[in-house]
Amino acid sequence: MSSPAATTPGVGAPHAGPAPAWRRVAAQAAFETRAILRNGEQILVTVLLPLFLLIGLDRVHAVELDTSGASRIDFLTPGVLAVAVMSTAFTSQAIATAFDRRNGVLRLMATTPLGRGGLLAGKVLGVLAVEVVQAVVLVVVALVLGWHPHAAGIPLAVVAALLGTAAFTALALLVAGTLRAEGVLALANLLLVVLIVAGGVLVPPAHLAGWWSHVAALLPSGALGDAMRGALLDGSIPVGPVLVLLAWTVVLGWATRRWFRWQ
Amino acid sequence: MPRTPATDPAAHPRTTPHEGGPGRARAGDVALRVDGLVKRYAGTAVVDGLSLVARRGAITAVLGPNGAGKTTTVECCEGLRSPDGGSVEVLGLDPLADAAALRPRVGVMLQDGGLPTGVRALEMLEHVARMYADPRDVGELAERLGLGSFARTTVRRLSGGQRQRLALAVAVVGRPELVFLDEPSAGMDPQSRRAVWELVTELRADGVGVVLTTHLMDEAEALADDVVIVDRGKVIAQGSVRELVTDGGGADGREHEQTLRLEAAPGLPADLLPGLELRERAPGQYVTKGVVEPATLVALTEALAARDVLASRVSVGRRTLEDVFLDLTGRNLR
Repeated sequence: MSSPAATTPGVGAPHAGPAPAWRRVAAQAAFETRAILRNGEQILVTVLLPLFLLIGLDRVHAVELDTSGASRIDFLTPGVLAVAVMSTAFTSQAIATAFDRRNGVLRLMATTPLGRGGLLAGKVLGVLAVEVVQAVVLVVVALVLGWHPHAAGIPLAVVAALLGTAAFTALALLVAGTLRAEGVLALANLLLVVLIVAGGVLVPPAHLAGWWSHVAALLPSGALGDAMRGALLDGSIPVGPVLVLLAWTVVLGWATRRWFRWQ
Repeated sequence: MPRTPATDPAAHPRTTPHEGGPGRARAGDVALRVDGLVKRYAGTAVVDGLSLVARRGAITAVLGPNGAGKTTTVECCEGLRSPDGGSVEVLGLDPLADAAALRPRVGVMLQDGGLPTGVRALEMLEHVARMYADPRDVGELAERLGLGSFARTTVRRLSGGQRQRLALAVAVVGRPELVFLDEPSAGMDPQSRRAVWELVTELRADGVGVVLTTHLMDEAEALADDVVIVDRGKVIAQGSVRELVTDGGGADGREHEQTLRLEAAPGLPADLLPGLELRERAPGQYVTKGVVEPATLVALTEALAARDVLASRVSVGRRTLEDVFLDLTGRNLR
């Protein structure tokens, strides 16, 4: 087809063809991961915030925690890992996608061989890659602080994290695809803080006051927190939180398909 | 007279759908066929029965004022919007149903750029190049468009013209058969514009079909083989620049009608010149059409001298695309 030694006329001669699908998605995933890990604000939310919660709540005993007999670090770490999942799958992804949408990036990439499906796959893989980075940092620090996870529960914790990632990514895409970028920026940060404080993620829903404990158990944050604690404290995931996360994923996924706007 | 949309399409041979690889396509083959396209937003037709044809190895300019429906038309061709009526055929395929097959073959430069703000310029180009099996050499392309000076600058900090050049590079890096460029030289300094024009001309020489929208007449006049003038969602004229601006006159224009333009003080009478009606388009800007002879200019300057009026500009000759547009719509293009 084209000679390798082509001179200037002819370098743009049509020779169209897509790279293999896996290479396109891998390139997009790497691109998304780099974009998040290079952005100071994103690092603050995804890595420093969970790290601050882990060290702060473990070291500073001013905050009363009912650990139900477990050590403080054993009790805290699963919840902090859940916060890490929420910060990446929801807050960080919602903000990144909202600004990509406003800047026309979603439309442009949809016209390249990557397409919309490849773009979505790249984003999800990017989220998982950032979560791996978060997990490594948080697990190392927690172990240093004396964390003893339930060994049998580790694979279950991975499953719980994947379920949480699915539900919160769907929520991220829903808000990013329907609201203005500035609105998403505010909402994604605010909602993360509210869920950390009252969403049953660090403090189990059952320990929250009155009727709110029942609501928190049905929130994706409460369900993810309970699933992570079940896996890493007891070595088993209770069925309830799993069903709650699956239900949220289905409903939010459906709503995203229905209302997401590319422009 | 400019050709009307209805008389144009069959002028060029048609590619059969699924004809296949770029090796078999020839310059002059139809690359894009839009037929009776309709697109409504909230019930209002932004594109209203628009038809046009663009060829491989040719530059087709879609020219019109802002809000004419140019971008919407192009977005329907790019598979970014679904038409409410009519049909669009890109390289013989349907932009929505055959999107996966078309994406590698069609390059797109969006009006708003579509570039993520946090990445460096060259990084973005390299990233998009990875989506293709046999992309252009990124370094060569960057150099061609002068991206080197800001290769490591984040998109956020690029000027409008720099972003435009990067977006153009992104559109052509996959060596497409057809490219859509939505207002490619908007916000560019003259040097950038020249670089863009040169690249677009080279693409044409390489057999690429180029469809560009613009509201700049000089861009259309300088670049385009075919011009499609669009207003209020409809094609109001199309043809080559020469066909559009020639008013049926002979080669030297002597024995046929000419357009005479005059700039002078406002308020001159319409019958200033015997046998020619002087129309005042805007205060102090006159135009007349008819047989213009050397004697006509003498008569004009004498009539002006008699009124003690100095002409600041007199020109005789072919019309510009602006004239064509004005004649057809009575409105200014910009």
